[in-house]
Amino acid sequence: MQVWIYENIFKLTQMLDIFGKAPDKQQLVRIKYMVFVLCLIPLSRLVWMGFNDDLGANPVEFVERSTGYWTLFILLATLSLTPIRLLTGRVWQLQLRRMLGLYMFFYACLHVITYLWLDYSFMWPDIIKDIIKHPYVLVGSAAFLLTIPLAVTSNNAMIRKLRDRWKPLHRAVYVIAILGVVHFLWLVKKDLREPLLFIAVLALLLGVRVYYSYIKPKKKA
Amino acid sequence: MIIQTKADIASSEITPKHVYDDRRKFLQQAGFGLAVGASGLLNSSLLAAAPAKAVQPKASTSLKLPNYTKTKYGIGEKLTSFDDVTSYNNYYEFGTGKDEPAINAKLFKPTPWTVSIEGEVKKNKTINIEDLLKLAPLEERIYRMRCVEGWSMVIPWIGLPLAQLIKWAEPTANAKYVEFVSLGDVQQMPGINLPILDWPYTEGLRMDEAMNPLTIMAVGLYGDVLPNQNGAPMRLIVPWKYGFKGGKAIVKIRFTEKMPQTTWMKAGPSEYGFYANVNPQVEHPRWSQSTEKRIGNGLFAGRIKTQMFNGYAEQVGQMYAGMDLRKHF
Repeated sequence: MQVWIYENIFKLTQMLDIFGKAPDKQQLVRIKYMVFVLCLIPLSRLVWMGFNDDLGANPVEFVERSTGYWTLFILLATLSLTPIRLLTGRVWQLQLRRMLGLYMFFYACLHVITYLWLDYSFMWPDIIKDIIKHPYVLVGSAAFLLTIPLAVTSNNAMIRKLRDRWKPLHRAVYVIAILGVVHFLWLVKKDLREPLLFIAVLALLLGVRVYYSYIKPKKKA
Repeated sequence: MIIQTKADIASSEITPKHVYDDRRKFLQQAGFGLAVGASGLLNSSLLAAAPAKAVQPKASTSLKLPNYTKTKYGIGEKLTSFDDVTSYNNYYEFGTGKDEPAINAKLFKPTPWTVSIEGEVKKNKTINIEDLLKLAPLEERIYRMRCVEGWSMVIPWIGLPLAQLIKWAEPTANAKYVEFVSLGDVQQMPGINLPILDWPYTEGLRMDEAMNPLTIMAVGLYGDVLPNQNGAPMRLIVPWKYGFKGGKAIVKIRFTEKMPQTTWMKAGPSEYGFYANVNPQVEHPRWSQSTEKRIGNGLFAGRIKTQMFNGYAEQVGQMYAGMDLRKHF
């Protein structure tokens, strides 16, 4: 059985290696469509489960957890594109960054709407109290607010308009990512395995960047 | 034209039975084998995060409950469905996911069962579950259950007043507190492999709290024996306190002079106190305690106000007269 699994993983990596050569324009369009559809799966699943009364005993919590989870997941996927370039020299995948970033924002919006509407029924005094009194909510709210300017400035017109200021602004994504995983960590009561996995992956992705921008250049010099 | 015939062999028969039975574990291991962070993330969320839906079998026990009488408690309250009560559980001995106890407790053996009585008592003794059921007439008590995590249920428990059990135990005058120790059997409880809590699960009450007429030792719910995931064969119910005070699968009751250290006090001293009375005025660092979600009310129901002592202030308030409940949370 194990041999069979390894064989198939090997075949899969071989298939993926086609992308070693940069995909041509048409292929890239296809890849983009694929990623676009893939990113809709978590939402479709929730809608499907919702219509089938399959969201469990605490449906609000389930939707909250699920949308939050996929926000962080897509955020980490977005942040993995540059390390892939640094480690392999491939660059075509960077063209997926804006779509993934916006999907992250999309799921973050669903997460926040779930919280404000389904969880708290827009009871603003309760919401404000919840944000102020509970550190994990505060950190999560800060992360969400930071994503708004990035989403707003993600189109070509804004990129042109902001010129040199665009890149420093979008470095805020690192702050968002750290706040995001801390938000998850502080929310969990005792079993920290899942948030720690997210933190480990984020640390790895940031570590690759740090290595290539600070440590490796020094070694050469 | 393609004529489709019904498959005459179930897919469960094609896959070797041990692999099929272990498919969840197998998938987890396969996911782990990839040793890629991302696959681990996918694996845990797609496979494990789906809430339990199917009605779980009840306790795998030969235990039969004697007749019980209905009581005035909770009349008019809308009950949380049996499905929700038995598929959404905090029972870390069987996993930290809410849906895990219903799955992992299936093979748990709640009989034979013996409880030992120790500490400040006339003499140490033991009682088996069958004899315990005969100590006092069983009663149905419909109680609100408020979890510290901000959700609540209404559950028709069947049990006997803890006071009756304590009378039988004959504590000495030195007994000021009662400690309840749950089973910590790694063979039957896979969650115990994780060192996230100091096993076995331990809870405690002050003597007057334990003797309060509201406090019961539950042995059933919805008219039948306790399902395994709800703490079979016997668990503590203290309806004016947060749910975690109700130790499940209790094997030892110890009377003490000093306040016992409970599992959650050790796990988070700033978050969980000994008293853990439901109190909308005392905030928890993670969850709002002024409102709660009632399980079963659906996606759009919003929250309801949490009541002082979970609405049982009339029956229990006097026990805490003069106490600073912010300090003694």
